[in-house]
Amino acid sequence: MSLSFAKSGAIDQGVVLTALKSAVTKLDPRELTGNPVILATEVVAALATVSAVVAIASGTAAGFPVQIAIWLWLTVLFANFAEAIAEGRGKAAADSLRATRVTTKAKLIIDASRNAIIPTPAHELALGDIVLVEAGDVIPADGEIIEGVASVNEAAITGESAPVIRESGGDRSAVTGGTTVVSDWIKVKVTSQPGSSFLDRMIAMVEGADRRKTPNELALAVLLAGLTLVFLIAVVTLTGLGAFSGITLDPMVLGALFVTLIPTTIGGLLSAVGIAGMDRLLKVNVLATSGRAVEAAGDVDTLLLDKTGTITFGNRMAVEVVPAPGVRPDAAMRAALIASLADETPEGRSIVELARNQGVTAEIPAGATSIPFSATTRQSGLDADGKSWRKGAVDAVLRSLDLADSQVPAEMRQAVDRVARSGGTPLAVSENGALVGIIHLKDVVKPGVKERFADLRRMGVRTVMITGDNPVTAAAIASEAGVDDFLAEATPEDKLRIIRTEQAKGRLVAMCGDGANDAPALAQADVGVAMQTGAQAAREAGNMVDLDSDPTKVLEIVEVGKQLLITRGALTTFSIANDVAKYFAIIPALFVGSLPALGALNIMGLSSPESAILSAVIFNALVIVALIPLALRGVRYRAIGAAKLLSRNLTLYGIGGLIAPFIGIKLIDIIVAALKLA
Amino acid sequence: MDWRGWAEIVFTIALTVAVGWPLGIFVARVWAGERTWLDPVLKPVEALAYAGFGVDRNKGQNWLSYAAAALIFSAVGFVLLYLQLRFQNLLPLNPQGFDGLSPHLAFNTAVSFVSNTNWQSYAGEATMSNLSQMAGLAVHNFVSAGTGLAVAAAVARAFAADRGENLGNFWVDLTRVTLYVLLPVSFVTALALVAAGVPQTLLANVEATTVEGTKQVISLFPVASQEAIKQWGTNGGGLFNVNSAHPFENPTPLTNLIEVVSLNALAFGTVVAFGRVAMARREARALLAVMVILVGAAAAVIYSAETLTPQPAMISAGITDASSNMEGKEVRFGPAASSIWAAQTTGASNGSVNAMHGSFMPLGGGTAMFLMQLGEIIPGGVGSGLYGMVVMALLAVFVAGLMVGRTPEYLGKKVEAREIKFAMLAVLILPLAILGFSAIAAVLPVALEGLLNKGPHGLSEILYAYTSAAANNGSAFAGLTANAPWWNTTLGIAMLLGRFAYLVPVMAIAGSIAAKPKLAPTAGTLPSDNGLFVGLLIGIVLILGGLQFFPALALGPIVEHFQVLAASR
Repeated sequence: MSLSFAKSGAIDQGVVLTALKSAVTKLDPRELTGNPVILATEVVAALATVSAVVAIASGTAAGFPVQIAIWLWLTVLFANFAEAIAEGRGKAAADSLRATRVTTKAKLIIDASRNAIIPTPAHELALGDIVLVEAGDVIPADGEIIEGVASVNEAAITGESAPVIRESGGDRSAVTGGTTVVSDWIKVKVTSQPGSSFLDRMIAMVEGADRRKTPNELALAVLLAGLTLVFLIAVVTLTGLGAFSGITLDPMVLGALFVTLIPTTIGGLLSAVGIAGMDRLLKVNVLATSGRAVEAAGDVDTLLLDKTGTITFGNRMAVEVVPAPGVRPDAAMRAALIASLADETPEGRSIVELARNQGVTAEIPAGATSIPFSATTRQSGLDADGKSWRKGAVDAVLRSLDLADSQVPAEMRQAVDRVARSGGTPLAVSENGALVGIIHLKDVVKPGVKERFADLRRMGVRTVMITGDNPVTAAAIASEAGVDDFLAEATPEDKLRIIRTEQAKGRLVAMCGDGANDAPALAQADVGVAMQTGAQAAREAGNMVDLDSDPTKVLEIVEVGKQLLITRGALTTFSIANDVAKYFAIIPALFVGSLPALGALNIMGLSSPESAILSAVIFNALVIVALIPLALRGVRYRAIGAAKLLSRNLTLYGIGGLIAPFIGIKLIDIIVAALKLA
Repeated sequence: MDWRGWAEIVFTIALTVAVGWPLGIFVARVWAGERTWLDPVLKPVEALAYAGFGVDRNKGQNWLSYAAAALIFSAVGFVLLYLQLRFQNLLPLNPQGFDGLSPHLAFNTAVSFVSNTNWQSYAGEATMSNLSQMAGLAVHNFVSAGTGLAVAAAVARAFAADRGENLGNFWVDLTRVTLYVLLPVSFVTALALVAAGVPQTLLANVEATTVEGTKQVISLFPVASQEAIKQWGTNGGGLFNVNSAHPFENPTPLTNLIEVVSLNALAFGTVVAFGRVAMARREARALLAVMVILVGAAAAVIYSAETLTPQPAMISAGITDASSNMEGKEVRFGPAASSIWAAQTTGASNGSVNAMHGSFMPLGGGTAMFLMQLGEIIPGGVGSGLYGMVVMALLAVFVAGLMVGRTPEYLGKKVEAREIKFAMLAVLILPLAILGFSAIAAVLPVALEGLLNKGPHGLSEILYAYTSAAANNGSAFAGLTANAPWWNTTLGIAMLLGRFAYLVPVMAIAGSIAAKPKLAPTAGTLPSDNGLFVGLLIGIVLILGGLQFFPALALGPIVEHFQVLAASR
């Protein structure tokens, strides 16, 4: 069973070895104080060891107590191993990050007027210090550029090797410690305390060193501790009740019963599930500042999405050319193409692309002059051999053609209206001073976005599109993308207002943003995802940072949050459901000697009382190992609606949890009996 | 076992729900302080009560002062009742000239009636004066039930609240539910019982000469009025030792039907009222369905256990027809009516009986015991059953709700560490009181003196007693003589824990729930109003209860069951 995940390649051997070592060091009871279930198991294991040693010393048959003691210790070790292996995966990532931090030397500016510089180790920098960073230098700490422009390689943080431009003033003035200046120089004002820089926090997060229990983990821990107490009562009182019936119960067997009943499965895997959740976020290059934020992501009711970049590609694209009356369609297309050949803007390239797709080709005529776009003419094109091609804003082109509105053909007027109404932008095309057609530029919705919004809707997440567009355009895009609501002509203040209204209705809100003016909204949102390339203020305000600066990532974040909660619930349900079978294994075994009639409860037909108890203990230990891959990978999340999801998972982990141990314990009993272990 | 028996069980449950539903709608109006058709008569009385006790009816209470009021009220009631019982010989209306009660019996009895348990360590007809019955015990039959109904109202309001702390006013709730609900239904039921032949008199005992020529003392009481509130208030403390098996308390099948319906109707109705006040009618219906299914299933198990296989004594007498198993049952009721009563009374923390549970087949008696161990929530005592079920629903939602990928919420309220902490505290009370005391009593010579039987049945008697006390049920497994210092004291403590150590965490949950924002449901919210949720809640109730008590039950009724099976083979 333990081989299945090694084969899957998810965990390499080095991590497994480290985790095995760490599982042993975690036996220190002080390490287990946060986990009452496993601590209780360890206490029972210790008591069982004493009792096994006494059995050996007194020369009585010690095979059974020794085996019980071994398996109880293994139960604790397996739980520790689960946690260690989850931590190990984060540690590997942290180590490579730490390497970038150690060597950094900063050039501290001590006198701004004379540019006097003292080399200072990065960790000695204080808040407000100003450092000079030149080409080839590693930026020593998080900070704000106060002077200069530089291209910065942020691969250490984002894994993206293409350098980005950072400059003073505006939204791109934030730099991160550990990243490298590739060209030019900047002066940076340090904005983080030593040891609490972005990189430090990132290392702490992925290592799990800074791990505090999330609210839901805390509640679950209370439930598990409560159940442990309930079973303690049930098992301890059995001594008195048994004595009435003339049964003297072996304390070791009672200890074994207690351990199999308390929720060791979820108790052992709980922290691994939490760490693995953070790890899955890290895999999609999102860094959460707390486990609480990941949990909140699963609860999100409303998702605020910027239109541009999230729902649509940033640029408008040509989707058709409507020919003027009497102009052949390919001729109109060709005119539009020639007018765009020298245009390197995304819109221009999209027209070239559209023409190629329609099989229309053209070369730039020899000796052509390109007429660039300008704010006054609001059109661009080519002049060659006395011929001219232009494309541009409809009113601008018409004016340069000296066409009054009444002279424009009705078909053209209708085409312009139609394009505008659908939320697109119409461009007029002219060839040699005559109007030949209308280009339809459209905000193109990213493929697959509509389906993801539908998935989200089924999971109860409402999507709201935020855009600066006018309401007509916004409505058209909203309906095409399938968002539930939209806000047109929105300002950053509107975002904050929407978040507050949604929250007042008791909804949890997620949003992403990058500008400094997004910071208040990011702080107000329950899940605020800041873009790594965004302003420092935004990164400070949000509780997650997307290292890829991809706004669609919010959707994945919500899924990771849900997956984390589902995994936790599934393992808890499984753990509790398991107990039924364990009772049917151990209760008859305990009492059948004095009350033979209780043999009827041995419905699994286990071979002997000792074998029944040993098999239950072994099953209880092995099931932790068997479920480690599930805890790390997470239960698959499906967007099928809460009722269906519950029904599915309840069948799998509830009913499955009832049945699985009956089969498992029986199989182990067959092996135990065959090997004559008990 | 025959179709008439099954039909009787189904009909009884259906009739109980049919009576309870409209009653619940009425209770919701009473909780909400709305006008009712009883206002012309009762409004002046209500106003007088507030004026007399200086209650400002518009002043709301937070959870702490609400809980404190309930505790203070119960504590004062306990002290007064204790003194009255201790010194009933000095008080009037004692035509039979009974002595005052011993300290431990007075303690046990006072706790018992204040906690709505009505465990009786004494035989009523040979112990209690008319004044003790009417001005002592009967008063608590009303107000202990009223306390439960009041707390349930506070819990319902907590779910309706949005970031609030006002849970209503305990004194107003107590006054209103007693005046507008408990008194009228008891009044009507008492008249119906009198019409059906139940006596109602203040005369002293009658001496009669039997056909054999011996003298017999026939105890007389105002039976009908006591009987009505005994059932409606899920009290269960009878005037006579054998409770509703006595021909004065329950003379005919008709009175039996009236009594068994009034046993559960108000508890069902409380759920309906909860749905209205908490603005969760569909969700309340799901809770009701859970209760109806479980109580029906329990009745079916008991009825089957009693009539499927012949009893060992019958086998040795050569009788093979199991349906004539009348051991412990009244001839005028028979197995079906006894089974449904047993299920309803143990499911409901009532504790009145029309048959002797100790004489049932092991599985039948064991089922009655298990019903109590589930925490008296199906449907449970008036009010207390509802809030017990809500605690279970919170736990069910918490465990399984995560599996829909959201942190759990119930009725628009997030279930977090604080709620779980108090829910687990409440859940711990039953195993602690039942198993803890039973394990000690099982090995304590002074306790075992009161025990009639050895072996599994003896253990069942011990378990049943502490179960009945801790669950505030009050029914007994014959065979245990409990009127002794050890039993009276420990059972009294178990009753106190079961009632008040449960009530306080529940109020703390209510306070915490009320303070949370009320969340709007979305497609991603765990639905708590459908069949799946009903199944889930049933599963959690059975598994949680089963896991706690299975080992103990295995040594009592379960092993006894297999022994009987083996013997009859």
